[in-house]
Amino acid sequence: MTTWRARFFSTVVPTMLCLGLIAAAPARGQGLGGAGTVQQDSAQALRQDIDQLRREFDALKQQYGDRLTALEAKLAATEGAAAPAAPPPPGQPATAPVPAGAESGTAAPVYGASISNAKVFNPDMAVIGDFLGAAGTNKVQPDPFGPGTHPNALQLHESEAAFQAVVDPYARADFFISFGEEGVSVEEGFITLTSLPGGLLTKVGKMRAAFGKVNSLHNHVLPWADRPLVIGNLVGGEDGINDAGVSVARLIPNPWMFLEATGQVFRGDSGADPNGNPLFQTTRRSELSYVTHLRGYQDITDNANIDLGFSYSRGHNGLSNGNLADPGSLVTQLYGIDATYRWKPLQRSIYHSFVGRTEWIWSRRDQPTGLQSGAGMYVSGDYQVGRRWFTGVRLDRSAHANDASLVDTGGSFVITYWPSEFSQVRAQYRRTNYATGPSLVSSANELLFQFQFSIGAHGAHPF
Amino acid sequence: MRNTIPVAVLAGAALFASVPARAQGKLNVVTTTEDLASIAREVGGDHITVESIAKGFQDPHFVEAKPSFILKLQKADVLIAVGRELEIGWLPPLIQQSRNARIQVGAQGYLDASLGATILEIPNGNITRAMGDVHPLGNPHYWMDPENGKRIGKEIADKLSELRSGDSAFFQQQLTSFTTRLDTAEKRWLAQMAPYKGTKMVTYHRSFPNFAERFGLDIVGYVEPRPGIPPTPQHTLDLINEMKRQNVKLVLVEPYFDMKTPMAIGRDTGAQVLVMPPSVGGTKDVPDYFKLFDSDINLLIDAIKKSGAK
Ligand SMILES: [Zn+2]
Repeated sequence: MTTWRARFFSTVVPTMLCLGLIAAAPARGQGLGGAGTVQQDSAQALRQDIDQLRREFDALKQQYGDRLTALEAKLAATEGAAAPAAPPPPGQPATAPVPAGAESGTAAPVYGASISNAKVFNPDMAVIGDFLGAAGTNKVQPDPFGPGTHPNALQLHESEAAFQAVVDPYARADFFISFGEEGVSVEEGFITLTSLPGGLLTKVGKMRAAFGKVNSLHNHVLPWADRPLVIGNLVGGEDGINDAGVSVARLIPNPWMFLEATGQVFRGDSGADPNGNPLFQTTRRSELSYVTHLRGYQDITDNANIDLGFSYSRGHNGLSNGNLADPGSLVTQLYGIDATYRWKPLQRSIYHSFVGRTEWIWSRRDQPTGLQSGAGMYVSGDYQVGRRWFTGVRLDRSAHANDASLVDTGGSFVITYWPSEFSQVRAQYRRTNYATGPSLVSSANELLFQFQFSIGAHGAHPF
Repeated sequence: MRNTIPVAVLAGAALFASVPARAQGKLNVVTTTEDLASIAREVGGDHITVESIAKGFQDPHFVEAKPSFILKLQKADVLIAVGRELEIGWLPPLIQQSRNARIQVGAQGYLDASLGATILEIPNGNITRAMGDVHPLGNPHYWMDPENGKRIGKEIADKLSELRSGDSAFFQQQLTSFTTRLDTAEKRWLAQMAPYKGTKMVTYHRSFPNFAERFGLDIVGYVEPRPGIPPTPQHTLDLINEMKRQNVKLVLVEPYFDMKTPMAIGRDTGAQVLVMPPSVGGTKDVPDYFKLFDSDINLLIDAIKKSGAK
């Protein structure tokens, strides 16, 4: 294409210009052969003609350039082939070179046209690596990032592969496969029906439940290297409420705010606390678990907004009241309130922001020994200092699900550095006071280190 | 097996949802940027309502996907996007949660405004993220050329006509008027800029290649070492040396970037540092597409004169 375009301007157009001059010359020539002043006039007129022609040529060149552009666009759109390129713009600097092969092209292909035709329908793919390290000692939870007793000082904690694509005009699909140290699992895999009547946004598959905020978030979008204590103790730990089921979310029309109600039904198997007790566990098909969530969101100004949520979840916990005919008759119920305040000045949004967040969770767990009612919460604040730097604090407090008299507390300082949008380095100092028995406390001081990086398709920024 | 029945019902319902059942009122148009909103307003006149998601003084690559935007999209008949992956970080989740079948990508109410435009910097080799956050489908800041403004206008007029065939004559007439006025204005702008052809300058981000090509400016470098990567000391030093070598006396900065590095470059090289909006709404002086060029060209000429560069 480059040569075609170049040839057009280097040979075809000048030829046309010459033809134009030749055509113009005889007409002028008829006026020659008169007196000297006439000759002078003619010379001037000729010069004017040449100027006129030059202007017309420039206009013509512009017109042809534009038409060429349009034609190339059409060609690219019909072929869906590799985008053609035109000569590079003049004066590309040594200090800020154009990316290799990035030339000034003028075609306007359809989406995906810059790659080969066959790949157009491949899903967007990305892989996110999450490397963790820990220093310091923790006698209660030797594995710094989850249940288990192995003192993993360094680990490639998780590699998440994301596959996302539009299925048809009515649906899209999202798959997140997690490769961890224990093996491979489908972290999430669901279809989203985007066009149901009545404004119902429906997801079918395996998904993180809409219980509070943190439960629905993947590791790599959290502002910390770990998850808050309350999530570990009461909401099933890192995996959380994450199960196969159906989710339906509807916007509730009202004149004041964004209000969304979500209802979810799951198979009933989710999460585990640090001691390995499952949050929800089924012993028969009818023992489904449920999550409902009400979210209210309101812009306070262009720069600030508030996000409130109320959550409820209920499921069988796998324990029995002793009735052999019904081995999994006991139930755990969770109640949650979450609140998020965000500040981000629009005009300097890439440099400064603040997110303050808190979640309060109450657990009512039926056990053979009786009902355990425990509560927990965290409060966190994250401030973006500059384009690449973030700092944060978090305070933790949570009862144990199976013994509400034991209450762990903790706190963290976090610093995060973003070399680019596609990688981040994080250090977190974490102090935890574990309640190991009636008025017995074991404290752990740890330094956590996290390196995250993503390759592949550009994902959406989390909100 | 029991579980498959509700799914089948839902899928069936999804098919019915695609049948539009809208009254023939004013078309509700939502655009991603204020530039597209301004052009849509020119073409749609009082037959449409227009609202933009991003503000002109915001970095259009980094808009937050706020739920309040979901409410806007829920009611939209048409969504017009800049395309070329400019909005890739925030538009897909908004569209997905809009619950609006009309504006899903590929549906009739979704318009990628870049399809008819002249796009520069389309990479045709191997591209990697070592080049920064490059736009693999070409430079998405293409609206900064009035010729592309006309092409965007045509795309919009055609889309509006498609959705409201009864108003087609009106939209085409509006388009003709817009194009004629833009032609006149463009001649004026070109004449204003003619004496400054070839002026060398540096810009913060690659927001101005179409503008530079149309008006004959020579962009010799960028404050960002790579697209989307903030300035580094080494790159800034190299840039300053290159500017001195080539006697570059002008630095253009988009209104949403930090002024510290550009000001330092200005001090070191004696260059004028000019905050020049690349978008309608970037400052209060540029409320529409015509004023954007009026104002930018005046700012630019003032700065070139002050800088003493040609
Ligand atoms: Zn850009």
